[in-house]
Amino acid sequence: MDAETVATIWAFIIAAAVFLYVCMDGFDLGLGVLFPWISGKDERDTAVNTVAPVWDGNETWLVLGGAGLYGVFPLAYATILPALYMPLILMLLALIFRGVSFEMRFRSETPGQLLWWDRAFSLGSIVAAFFQGIALGALVQGIRVEDRAYAGGWWDWLSPFSLLTGVALLAGYGLLGACWLVWKTEGGLQEQARRLARVFALLTLGFIAVVSAIMPFLMPEFRARWFDFPAILAALPVPVLVVFLAWRLFRALDESGRVALARTEPTPVGQTAWADKLPFACALGLFFLSYTGLGISMWPLIVPPEITIWDAAAPRSSQMFVLVGAAVLIPTILAYTGYTYWLFRGKIQPGKGYH
Amino acid sequence: MLWDALPSALDLARFQFAFTVTFHFLFPAFTIGLASYLAVLEGLWLWTGREAYLDVFRYWLKVFAVAFAMGVVSGLVMSYQFGTNWSVFADRTGPVLGPVMAYEVLTAFFLEAGFLGIMLFGLGRVGKWPHFAATCLVAVGTLISGFWILSANSWMHTPAGYSIAPDGRFMPEDWWAIVFNPSFPFRYLHTITGAFLTTAMIVGAVGAWHILRERRDVLGRKNERARIMFSMAMWMAAAVAPAQAFFGDMQGLWALEHQPQKVAAMEGHWETQRGAPLILFGMPDMEREETKLALEIPYLGSMILRHDWNAEIKGLKDFPPDQRPTNVPLVFWSFRIMVGIGLLMIALGAVSLWLRWRRALYDTPWFLRWAVAMGPSGLFAVTFGWITTEAGRQPFTVYGLVRTADSVSPIAAPAVATSLAMFVVVYFVVFGAGTWYLFRLFGHPPEAHEEGPRGGEALRTAGITPAPAVAPDAMRDARPAE
Repeated sequence: MDAETVATIWAFIIAAAVFLYVCMDGFDLGLGVLFPWISGKDERDTAVNTVAPVWDGNETWLVLGGAGLYGVFPLAYATILPALYMPLILMLLALIFRGVSFEMRFRSETPGQLLWWDRAFSLGSIVAAFFQGIALGALVQGIRVEDRAYAGGWWDWLSPFSLLTGVALLAGYGLLGACWLVWKTEGGLQEQARRLARVFALLTLGFIAVVSAIMPFLMPEFRARWFDFPAILAALPVPVLVVFLAWRLFRALDESGRVALARTEPTPVGQTAWADKLPFACALGLFFLSYTGLGISMWPLIVPPEITIWDAAAPRSSQMFVLVGAAVLIPTILAYTGYTYWLFRGKIQPGKGYH
Repeated sequence: MLWDALPSALDLARFQFAFTVTFHFLFPAFTIGLASYLAVLEGLWLWTGREAYLDVFRYWLKVFAVAFAMGVVSGLVMSYQFGTNWSVFADRTGPVLGPVMAYEVLTAFFLEAGFLGIMLFGLGRVGKWPHFAATCLVAVGTLISGFWILSANSWMHTPAGYSIAPDGRFMPEDWWAIVFNPSFPFRYLHTITGAFLTTAMIVGAVGAWHILRERRDVLGRKNERARIMFSMAMWMAAAVAPAQAFFGDMQGLWALEHQPQKVAAMEGHWETQRGAPLILFGMPDMEREETKLALEIPYLGSMILRHDWNAEIKGLKDFPPDQRPTNVPLVFWSFRIMVGIGLLMIALGAVSLWLRWRRALYDTPWFLRWAVAMGPSGLFAVTFGWITTEAGRQPFTVYGLVRTADSVSPIAAPAVATSLAMFVVVYFVVFGAGTWYLFRLFGHPPEAHEEGPRGGEALRTAGITPAPAVAPDAMRDARPAE
């Protein structure tokens, strides 16, 4: 394989890692986004318990995003990170609050302590999600690079567009979190989650529409991707599929509600009605389509407006050295991650022997 | 403007890195050893069937959950900080160091994170042996993680296996030489044994504390769980502390060859001399280029460093000022604190052997109090050891090749000052609270039928028990009654 092919493969691997991160940490950050609207201590405990065994693995995809970029696209790592200095630092600090409060809220000894750790969990998740969205928007709108170094100021990341993407990602994570709860819980909490899922689905769809409308006008390259013939033929299915999935999502939520009403006793353990899983699948589908849309706009740029994946690539020997390992290790990681999710499958029963 | 009174952006970035990495490493230094200790405890429980081992396991598992979470989130910061604050360094070393770090994530972080959930919550779900496998995988993950990160760190001290491209980037030539660079093997051993000792000191202190305070239970029995902890920790100290001194000596010999300036700073030697003394204490003065008030043992410096009474040892004045460590007193004193604590650990281990032989290990109050006082000593030794080696590496990031001043990101001082202030506040609040909870956990004596991290079986979704699994209660019944 020549250096260009290897770099292209790596671009897809990193993109996949970032997408996995967004999906997986997306729903557990989403729980934090929803926390202010989840009432009842038992309900909040149950919500946190649905992700307690997996959140750490979810967050590791973010570490892979960072370390992978350093290893295979060092120029991107060395220009994006200083450019997004403040949003990234704030995101990391917020993730500290979020991460430790998983453990701390179970160690709390008084309701007052629990309240503060719940706030840390919720606010940490919200701030982290918001600044991830800001970072995304700031990257897409372009980063000024001169002589292999970031050449902008320390407020460049802040713009109406990046604020918009920040709020949009909050809505999206909220949707993922709500759909996750529809899948993993039942009873009152699930009922709350279904309501929240509808609200956040509407918000998410609204933001998808607005961001998509603005994107083509950020850079001429983006516009060409979407509106020039024949590129439009490849790009057209994306918005069509978004509409279809949105319709399917709302129907699935209705169905899940009907199943819940018809259910007279708790779901047998380890089982989940298909209708309860479908909303989450639809939400993931919406994320995938949005992500694909972003990819269509940006390809092959890794640091818009100028640096392509091939400009930013590490030498072939560095990329090959990691690729050999990644070819074995990433499937292995996916296998045991899948095993963990399978092991903790089924509905989480509320109020079972917690502190 | 207020901003003008700030230190330079470079100094702020250095201080931020030093602060965040020092805070971060406190947790791995503890959890690397603790993960292996948990694996040993669970293995002993499975092997002997003694309930007390499971109780001690559960006791430390709760501690592990809190400490590990703090290590994960503070470590996440580190993986981004190379880019946010040291972007020139990242761009130039990325082709060599980036892959090493990527391997750390792929081989270690996912392994730890993936099996941590099973380790913490899965005992009632997967059965004993698969659970033991998960515990072992987490422990192995911590050791693999240390392997890669220390390889990367060592490469910065003793770069090898590279060429330099015209644009200044390091290009990999020989991966074997990069990963197993000269200072790596002994640094790895030195760090891992340091982590084991750190854990042993904490476990030993908690065990000793509860032996000192113990009240016998209704049947008049002593707390055997506290004794298990204490005894195992003292075995570790007795066996590993002397080995650690040996690894440290090897590390010193290596440093003398590759970084003689650092060794001169550690020793406080300014003049090159034959038969150099060992300076026990003194005040290195960088202005006057001498070590004042030196308390010396003649010839011993040459003996320790060269294993020869009359060997020549280079002094700092032999090197141009811009190649010397930038803070000689810091290197000098950090080194002494580390060595001093190491000697105390060796003494603790030796005395424990003597008391064990006299059958008085659990009944000697002054010794138990000494062990309690030694609780945090490993954390201090590890921290000051790292300060010695990293401050001694200055003024370079990649030794002799890339200066720290040329590695920093183009971020203005006010931005770095803001982030530094936020890190300080958040770390003290969050990790302060975490440490408080850890002390609360340490304060509870290890009990029979110790609870798991979530009050036993919080996460069990009733009834689902895959074929080999048994409920924890059933497991209890399977073992001989106390």
